[in-house]
Amino acid sequence: MALLSKKDANLIKDPLADNNPITIQVLGICSALAITAELKASVVMAIAVMFVLGVGNVVISAMRNIIPSKIRIIVQLIVVATLVIVVDQVLKAFAYPLSKTLSVFVGLIITNCIIMGRFEAFALGNGLWRSFLDGIGNSLGYGIILVIVGFFRELLGSGTLFGYPVFGDPIEKTGLYAFGYENNGFMIIPPAALIVVGIIIWVQRTRNPALVEEN
Amino acid sequence: MSIKSKLHELKLKYQGKKMAPAFNAFHTFLFTPNETTHAGGTHVKAADDLKRTMNTVIMALIPVLLFSMFNAGYQHYAAIDAANGSPRTLSFFENFLTWDNFWIGIIKVLPLVVVSYGVGLIVEFIFAVIKGHEVEEGYLVTGMLVPLIVPVDTPLWMLAVAVVFGVVIGKEVFGGTGMNILNPALTIRAFLFFAYPTWMSGDKVWVHGAVERAGGPDAISGETILGSLAQNSEVSYSISDMFFGFIPGSVGETSTLLILIGGLFLIFSKIASWRIMLSAVIGSLVMGLIFNQVVELGWITETSKFYGLMSFDFWKHLIVGGLAFGIVYMATDPVTGSQTNRGKWFYGFFIGFISVMIRVFNPAYPEGVFLAILLMNVFAPTIDHYVVKANINKRMKRLKNAVVLPKDTDGKAEELKAETV
Repeated sequence: MALLSKKDANLIKDPLADNNPITIQVLGICSALAITAELKASVVMAIAVMFVLGVGNVVISAMRNIIPSKIRIIVQLIVVATLVIVVDQVLKAFAYPLSKTLSVFVGLIITNCIIMGRFEAFALGNGLWRSFLDGIGNSLGYGIILVIVGFFRELLGSGTLFGYPVFGDPIEKTGLYAFGYENNGFMIIPPAALIVVGIIIWVQRTRNPALVEEN
Repeated sequence: MSIKSKLHELKLKYQGKKMAPAFNAFHTFLFTPNETTHAGGTHVKAADDLKRTMNTVIMALIPVLLFSMFNAGYQHYAAIDAANGSPRTLSFFENFLTWDNFWIGIIKVLPLVVVSYGVGLIVEFIFAVIKGHEVEEGYLVTGMLVPLIVPVDTPLWMLAVAVVFGVVIGKEVFGGTGMNILNPALTIRAFLFFAYPTWMSGDKVWVHGAVERAGGPDAISGETILGSLAQNSEVSYSISDMFFGFIPGSVGETSTLLILIGGLFLIFSKIASWRIMLSAVIGSLVMGLIFNQVVELGWITETSKFYGLMSFDFWKHLIVGGLAFGIVYMATDPVTGSQTNRGKWFYGFFIGFISVMIRVFNPAYPEGVFLAILLMNVFAPTIDHYVVKANINKRMKRLKNAVVLPKDTDGKAEELKAETV
């Protein structure tokens, strides 16, 4: 007896690959470009979005029959804003330096298209449990891209992972730096994230040609 | 049986196999293919195929490459002399055209060429095998341009990384030669510039040896003219040095004379567009004149950080830095430039105009030619679009005004009038 029925499991699995919010739907790109220079920030951002989207989907789904459709966007905004402020305050209280790094982008989770998109497209028409799974699935799909991009950008750009020096010390010239290796400054700037995301999209579409649109 | 026909047989034998494109690539590199066009249909018979176009550009680059090999050594020894307190005066045959200078060129410039071609062609071969098509000649020119637009001391592994990036992201993802929107050689330079800025800018990298000697007792200067102008300091090179190219700079960009000869050769052989070259020269002169005028009117004073570059005579912008090289060999790239004749004027003009603007206004980028050309590469299709649209509108208007005369009015004059409204 599986934990989830096949239909429910697909809610988690689909956004991870063939219906990924970033690489297939091309949503939430701005935060993926802005905060992925460090792996740690990427992970925290992924967790924050997971919290907001998971809880938000449940709340919207619970209220779906009593929200007047004319003002549903405003109601959704209030729900997101409330959850984002909770995340922001928690970060400020327990991880202040990280909250500094993420700066405005925690607040900008409100405008993350993935969140409003899932509220509109899924939570307004589905039950609590399925909405929750959909929220988790989509934020995992978002998070996995963030982590992949963050991994490459931090490794190649700063030579570290989670702040731990992988290649040695660039100033003392130890490890790989002794052979003349240098960090790639290009990976620090946001355009590099665009190119890394582009490469992920390329790999994904080469593996699954069904994703390639006809002209 | 000659090698040529043996290779043809081998080619037929392995047709359709996985590695066949790699074999064919070598084969067409050495010999003319034996295929001919099918009978029937209309064919254009012309000698200037892609390979010949590329070879012509490479021929135009060879003098620049040879000069740069001597210049790499000359700048190295001249900087050492200057640091020792006895600045040398140039004597073309005595201290420029020497084996010592050429040896520095062989050990510093030649490896750049070899790495550029080696890595680039490997990437091209891999993509030819994956896609199963013939290898494309597009890299032949890029591979020669790349070593000429980087500083002489660029570490080879950096160049290799940048070439892989430039060929894959700048060209192959768009579909290979002829499909790229950005000039691959400049994509490679832009990547190097943003990834390893300490090796691509500053006052050390332009002369061989200046980086490793920095801070020591035998430190030498490696500053370019534009670099010292941006610091508002005096330029010690004469105008003839600047024109003939006995100045520090990226490997191949220094000699305006040889670039001019190469450019005339390309115009004469109808490979490159004279419209782009001429309008780019005009564009840079106009921008230079505007800046000179600003100084003349006294709007900025000597204390301004732009003073050095703004008061630099407008025509001298053409003979320092990479402007001439960029205009002749990069802006005229037929793939990434404008295609329409009127569009070429706009495209070239803005390349010159923006290059000089970036030079003067952004002290972090003392040379802005590569950024200006990449920017205009992006805008080239838009320019073409509006040129074509304007032409369509003009013709539509003419069509609307045209009067269709009945056949029986014999008046020739009236018919002509109807046509030319």
